[in-house]
Amino acid sequence: MAWTWFHRLGSPPYVYGLAARLTPWFAWPAAALIAYALYAGLVVAPADYQQGEGYRIIFLHAPSAWMSVMVYTTMAVAAAVGLIWRIKVAHAAAASCAAIGATFTFATLFTGSMWGKPMWGTYWAWDPRVTSELLLLFLYLGYMALRSAFDDVQRADRASAVLAVVGVVNVPIIHYSVIWWNSLHQAPSVMKLGKPTMPPEMYIPMLAMFLGFTLLFGALLLTRLRAEVLNRERTATWIRDVVGT
Amino acid sequence: MSATALSPPALQAARLILARDLRLAFRRPGELLQPLVFFAIVTTLFPLAITPELSQLRKVAPGVVWVAALLSSLLALEFLYRDDAHDGTLEQYALSGQSLTLLLFAKTASHWLLTGAPLAVMAPLAGMALGAPVASVGGTIASVALGSVALSLLGAIGASLTLGARRSGVLLSILTLPLAIPVLIFGARATELAIAGEDLAAPLYLLGALAVLGITLAPLAAAAAVRISLE
Repeated sequence: MAWTWFHRLGSPPYVYGLAARLTPWFAWPAAALIAYALYAGLVVAPADYQQGEGYRIIFLHAPSAWMSVMVYTTMAVAAAVGLIWRIKVAHAAAASCAAIGATFTFATLFTGSMWGKPMWGTYWAWDPRVTSELLLLFLYLGYMALRSAFDDVQRADRASAVLAVVGVVNVPIIHYSVIWWNSLHQAPSVMKLGKPTMPPEMYIPMLAMFLGFTLLFGALLLTRLRAEVLNRERTATWIRDVVGT
Repeated sequence: MSATALSPPALQAARLILARDLRLAFRRPGELLQPLVFFAIVTTLFPLAITPELSQLRKVAPGVVWVAALLSSLLALEFLYRDDAHDGTLEQYALSGQSLTLLLFAKTASHWLLTGAPLAVMAPLAGMALGAPVASVGGTIASVALGSVALSLLGAIGASLTLGARRSGVLLSILTLPLAIPVLIFGARATELAIAGEDLAAPLYLLGALAVLGITLAPLAAAAAVRISLE
């Protein structure tokens, strides 16, 4: 009895409808939080005493970096759920995550590169965190390449799910092995226990942006999931009721 | 693995597979040499592309040896399943009732004996050709031997996943190379320390840890991937 909510998540029509109903609850708060954080971060917050105005790119850079790892974890969890309980919708969710995660990872590298030029004097440095982010992008691209190599959706689902799970075991190993080198990246200033090293005028917009990006991911994931479900179930009869033909 | 996975019949099946793969491989010794020839050629490219100056080559020698070893172990992965997937042997392994994990571990072990171990013997020669001292031979062999265990196991996962996929050669590289980065980092570091004549225990322990982790988990993932490809 208590598990019916879980079993219903295995049904594509139910998930399609649920995703459609939930999307605005993610999209509107995301839009509001991101709009507030952009204004508060880019206009209101004071300039940094060392980095001047240039530091403001952190309001996009750090949340994107957080998302790049978060989306990968979500993808791996969805893939594992699909693999273990053979839930097709979970595989569809994992497949929907990949492109979003790759985009966030690319955004992290791009904003970091823009930030690197004025601060480090170079667009690219072989710094540990830059390198592990680049490797994360390669993992996403590998996952997408493996998916596209199979014509049969079910095989693509299950093979790429194994890869996502193997990848998530490897991400920390890759990260810490890359730290083997010396770092010229500034120490993390947000994801730290204890008191943040930022003043609240910077810290609060940053938190808003983290939350906004997470909700944005939720909205994007639900929308892509609906598209993915429609595409996979295109021969099913319930589609006719949804599309109305 | 179930309790019966390591029962005497399962171990015997694994031993037979190991012996069979070695015997089959030695019937075509030419194929065994290909990854080694590839390794030698890639190593030769670097002096030609950078400089013939040994003092400068010595600095890049660990990196060159490891990149060449990584690429040729990737090339050698083609031999791991190709014939067995074509003639249905792999399907019979899956249907045999024995633990597929253990059988694939035996296959990977034979693959390492045929490609990883010779590579470990070749690596110090390449290193010395790039200006590494004779004293570095032991350290280079140890680092490549340990590292190639991890590479073979990671590669087994990649090869299992790409069974029956389109463009599987390029795909295999795209999947495997990012996962192999830790092996490359620690391996190159160990070889660098060996060439500098310093204590290389720390990176060797890390390589050993990666190899043990691979032995523990990689056959499970490979078996899951092979089952998916046989469905």
